[in-house]
Amino acid sequence: MGSIKVFGSPTSAEVARVLACLFEKDVEFQLIRVDNYKGTERKPEYLKLQPSGQALTFEDGKTTLVDSRAICRYISERYPEQGNKDLLGKGTLERASIEQWLQTEAQSFEPPSSALVFHLAYAPVLGLETDKMVVEDSRRKLAKVLDIYEQRLEETRFLAGDKFTLADLSHLPNAHRISTIAGCAALFKERKRVSKWWSDISGRPSWKRVVDMQNEPPAAA
Amino acid sequence: MAAVKVYGPPMSTAVSRVLACLFEKEVAFQLLPVDMSKGQHRSPDFLKLQPFGQVPAFQDESISLFESRAICRYILDKYPEKGNKFLLGKGDLLGRASIDQWLEAEAQSFNPPSSVLVFQLAFAPRMKLKQDENAIQKNEEKLGKVLDVYERRLGETRFLAGDEFSFADLSHLPNCHCIVNATDRGGLLTERENVGRWWKEISSRPSWMKVVDMQNAPKA
Repeated sequence: MGSIKVFGSPTSAEVARVLACLFEKDVEFQLIRVDNYKGTERKPEYLKLQPSGQALTFEDGKTTLVDSRAICRYISERYPEQGNKDLLGKGTLERASIEQWLQTEAQSFEPPSSALVFHLAYAPVLGLETDKMVVEDSRRKLAKVLDIYEQRLEETRFLAGDKFTLADLSHLPNAHRISTIAGCAALFKERKRVSKWWSDISGRPSWKRVVDMQNEPPAAA
Repeated sequence: MAAVKVYGPPMSTAVSRVLACLFEKEVAFQLLPVDMSKGQHRSPDFLKLQPFGQVPAFQDESISLFESRAICRYILDKYPEKGNKFLLGKGDLLGRASIDQWLEAEAQSFNPPSSVLVFQLAFAPRMKLKQDENAIQKNEEKLGKVLDVYERRLGETRFLAGDEFSFADLSHLPNCHCIVNATDRGGLLTERENVGRWWKEISSRPSWMKVVDMQNAPKA
């Protein structure tokens, strides 16, 4: 059994991002499911690992990390010869381009997309009020970002260049949810290059495996 | 003339992040102004460098980049032998991962609430915009919770990723500086014992003081 353990629920975007990376890199791991919404007790040992009570913890031997993008970088650097070798590119220039679009995902794509996912997919289920203004604002912001992606994807096949990299991978969890929400899927469908890019990246076997894990019924309590 | 060009006003927190990195690495650069009040950041030429119309934009010979943290990583990657060699650790993967993690914490957890406070308390008055009291209160609370985590962490280590100053600490300089020096909420940092100690140490680095000088220099 490999030394890698992931703690969390595959339905969490943070966890899903890491799982996608582990599958791309063909790296063995154990997933220990921790289901947030079942009200799992936050045991002290658990809180020690996740100081902010986040949804994800990653252990590789003595190394413990809690941020999904840092974990993806770590996996890509620790296992350079396994699986997909292109995730962080080769050399300074390729890496710089990947970092640039990875930051764009974190700074510009993530906030509006996760706000939409929360207000349109989670809030109704949790019985919370949906804030219409936040929804409209997020939709507008996301549309602007996708316009820039549309332009970029006329020049290159994927965001950082012509190969699938960590920059594209990082988008998978939130983009997947957006594409399943009626009224948001149009944001992708209306943009030709973005649609094609989404179809390419979401069709990768590694992502399909994550979706399968997300769709598995939770184990009995 | 230096091949490295940074575009944007030094007052911008994202621009100053890149400047701090360049000073730490002792990499020569030119700082080129972008007059945002005249909409220069929306000009077609600028959008070629930075499609989101934000600052900074960056060029090094033929390569152009945006996103301040990506630019910093590029500088650290391209010039490993210059200036401070340890901003990404000492070559071990564990050290590097720890720095990456706290850098993400800065970007994901610290940056959002602190940026709102910086904008609402420091920039909005200057731009004669109305302040949003609700946003200020909400984000002050959020930032407080993040800083509680930092307080615990900095009780265990001297800097965020470990006992050496790293890129993870550097990335916090711009927003922290603004909160402490340009708003009345500096107490969020200075009144927490370990965070206050950490802030004092990182903000007195010569590289950061050079950035502050650039910010305070009268416009040419």
